[in-house]
Amino acid sequence: MRGLQRGGKSLEFKDAGSQEGPLLVVEDLHTSFRTSRGTVRAVDGVSFEVHEGKTLGIVGESGSGKTVLSRSIMGLLPPRDVIRSGTVRFAGHELTAMDDTELRQVWGAELSMIFQDPMTALNPVKRIGVQIAESLKLHLGMDKQEATSTAIELLRSVGIPSPQERVRWYPFQLSGGMRQRVMIAIALACAPRLVMADEPTTGLDVTVQAQILDLLADLQQERHMAVILVTHDLGVVASRADDIIVMYAGRVVERAPTRTLFHDTKMPYTRALMDSIPRLADPSGARLDAIAGRPPDLINPPAGCRFAPRCPYAQDKCRESEPPLRTVGSPDHLFACWFPLVDGKSTVPAVPVSLSASQNGASGATTEGDA
Amino acid sequence: MTDTTAVDTIANQSGDVVLDVRNLVVEFKSRRQRVQAVSGVTFQVREGETLGLVGESGCGKSTTGRTLVQVQQATSGEIVYQGQDLNGLKGRQLRQLRTKIQMIFQDPISSLNPRRRIKDIVAEPLVIWKRGTPEERASKVRDMLEAVGIDPDSAGDRRPGEFSGGQCQRISIARALMADPDLLICDEPVSALDVSVQAQILNLLADLKERFHLTMVFIAHDLAVVKNVSDRVAVMYLGKLVEVAGSDELYRSAGHPYTEALLASIPEPDPDHVSDHKALSGELPSPLDPPSGCRFRTRCPYAQDRCAAEEPPLRELAPGHQIACHFPVGPFGGQVAPAAPSAPSSPGA
Repeated sequence: MRGLQRGGKSLEFKDAGSQEGPLLVVEDLHTSFRTSRGTVRAVDGVSFEVHEGKTLGIVGESGSGKTVLSRSIMGLLPPRDVIRSGTVRFAGHELTAMDDTELRQVWGAELSMIFQDPMTALNPVKRIGVQIAESLKLHLGMDKQEATSTAIELLRSVGIPSPQERVRWYPFQLSGGMRQRVMIAIALACAPRLVMADEPTTGLDVTVQAQILDLLADLQQERHMAVILVTHDLGVVASRADDIIVMYAGRVVERAPTRTLFHDTKMPYTRALMDSIPRLADPSGARLDAIAGRPPDLINPPAGCRFAPRCPYAQDKCRESEPPLRTVGSPDHLFACWFPLVDGKSTVPAVPVSLSASQNGASGATTEGDA
Repeated sequence: MTDTTAVDTIANQSGDVVLDVRNLVVEFKSRRQRVQAVSGVTFQVREGETLGLVGESGCGKSTTGRTLVQVQQATSGEIVYQGQDLNGLKGRQLRQLRTKIQMIFQDPISSLNPRRRIKDIVAEPLVIWKRGTPEERASKVRDMLEAVGIDPDSAGDRRPGEFSGGQCQRISIARALMADPDLLICDEPVSALDVSVQAQILNLLADLKERFHLTMVFIAHDLAVVKNVSDRVAVMYLGKLVEVAGSDELYRSAGHPYTEALLASIPEPDPDHVSDHKALSGELPSPLDPPSGCRFRTRCPYAQDRCAAEEPPLRELAPGHQIACHFPVGPFGGQVAPAAPSAPSSPGA
C-alpha cells in the first residue's frame, strides 16, 4: 500500500500490479464551456477504459475535443464557466468528486501529464533540477540533497547528456527535444501509474519525435505505466498504442484495438484521417485524399451524424438521426456509423462533398476543401 | 558576375535553370563568435520544378530560404535568379526583382496582421506597387481568395483571429500570389497544421503551382511531406547539402546515412510496419564548432577514421543523384562494412 499524506485526509492507492479491473474508467463524460455565444459542448458523452501498463491513443483533429478530454480527466480545467458531468474513476477513486487538496495528492504522484509545449509548461526562471525536485520533495518527502541526486538520475534516464551539469540549467538553454525530455522526467519523477501525453511531439522534428516516442515507450515498459497518447496524427499511434479511440466533434466515433482499427476500419472519418497522411511509398506528386471542410461548430453541431456534412458517403439517414456507438461482431470494436465500411469499402456510393458543405463552422467564412 | 558554365552542365535536363545558388555561405556574428548557418550550398532550380529542402531544425534550411528572398544577406556566394545575382542588387532593382520571388511562412497566424481585414492584407502587395485601380485590386483579391478556397464575400471584412490555422495559411498563400510571382519559397508551410488540414494545403499548393506556372522551393523537416510535393529533394545537414536526388529516386535508393535515418524516423500509419532502422540518436551538433571532416560523422553508425579526417565532397554517383559521403549506403554501398553490428540496412531493400 502506498499512502500519500499531505493536507487533511490521505488517499490510499494499491501498489502497481494489484489493481483489479481497469486503471482508469471514464463513463459518459461531458465537458462544456459557457461562452457569450452559447454553450460549447467540447466533450459530449465519452466513455473508455485504460488498463494497467497499456497505451491508449486518442486521435482527432483540432477542435475534436481531445485536449479538453485529457484536461477534463485530470481535473485541470478552471471551475468557472466549465460544466462537467460523468465519471472518471482512477485506481478506484472518483476524481470528479475530489477537491483540489485531494487532487494534488494524485497529480504527479499517480497520474501525471506531459504537455504539448514544453517551453510554456516549464517555469522559465527556475533551474530544471529544481522543477524536477519539486514533486519529489512534495510527494515522496525527499530532502533537498536526495531530491537533487534523484533529479540527476531522472535526467540521465531520459537521455540528457552530462546531467550533473544540466540539472542547473534553465529551460531556455535547452533545445525543444531536450525540454520535452525534461517534461518527461518531471512527469515520471514520482513513478505515476498513468501518464497523459497531450501531443507530446507536435512541433518537434520528425527525428526528435521518433526519439521522444521511443523513450516514452522504453520508460513505460520499464516502469509498467499506462499511457494515454493524445495526437492528431494516426501515424504516431499506429505502432505504439494498444487501443485507439477516434474523436470527432466531442464524441468517440470509433474505438478498437489498434490492429483492428487499421485493418477493419468501420468509420469513414477514421479512413479519411488515415488517407490524408502522405506516405513515403506513394509516388511523388500523388494527390492526397484530404478531408473537405472543417470540424463543426460545437455550439450548434449538425443534426444526425456530426461527420455527415464532410462525409462522401452520407445518406439522408445520416443527416437525420445520430448513429449510436455500436458493435458488429467483435465486442471490442465500437463505431458510430449507419453505413460502416466493409473491408475498407463503403456499401453506399460516394458523392463528392460540395464546397458549401463545410460552411457550418463558427466563422462560416470558409469554402475549404478541394473539389 | 554570372558564369554560364554551371548552367551548361545541366542544360541537357528539362527546363531552364531559373535559380542557380552557388557556394552560398551565411554567417551570423555574435559578440566574439561567428556561426555559419549555411556553409557553402550549391543547387539549381529549373523552371516549373519544385525543389524540396529537408533537414532538422538548425540545419540552415530556413536561412537558405530567407536569403533567396533577400530578407537575409548572404555572406558570400551567388544567388543567380534569371541571370542576375541577387546578392549584388540594391534598392529599386532588388525590390523589383523581389516581386517575382515570394515567400510563405510556417506560422500562418502570426504572419498576418491581426488588426487588418483579410481583403486589405491580401491587397497590400498591389497597393505597395501601386498596381491597378482600387476596383481592379478588389477584383483580383476576390479571384485570389477564391483560388485558395476562401469565400471572399464572407471572409473579406473579417480579421485573421476569426480563422483557423489552415485558413490563415490559405490567406497567406493568396497574398503571396498577388504580385504574380514566378518563384514561391514555402518555409515549413504545413508543419503547424493537423494532418487533415496539411493534406488540403499540399493539394492546394499543387493546384496553384499548375494554374499559375510557379516554380517552388519547399522547405520542411518531414521527408514524407517533402517527397509528396517535390520533384527533386535536397537533404541538408548542419549547413551543408548531403544528398540531392529526384524524390522517388531518393526514397528508393537513399545513399547518405543521414537520408536513411530521416526516412526511418517518419511514423508510418500502419501498425504492422516495423522500421528496420534505429531512430537517429543525439542532436544536431553546435554549428559554432562543427565536427571535422564529415559533419554527420558524430551521429553516423557507419563512421570511419577517414570521415573525421577528410570532408566528403558532394559528387554525382548516378545521373542527377549527388551524395556527400565517403561510404554511401543502399545501392551505392558495399565499399565498407558498417562499424556498428546492429547498424540498419538500407531502405527500400
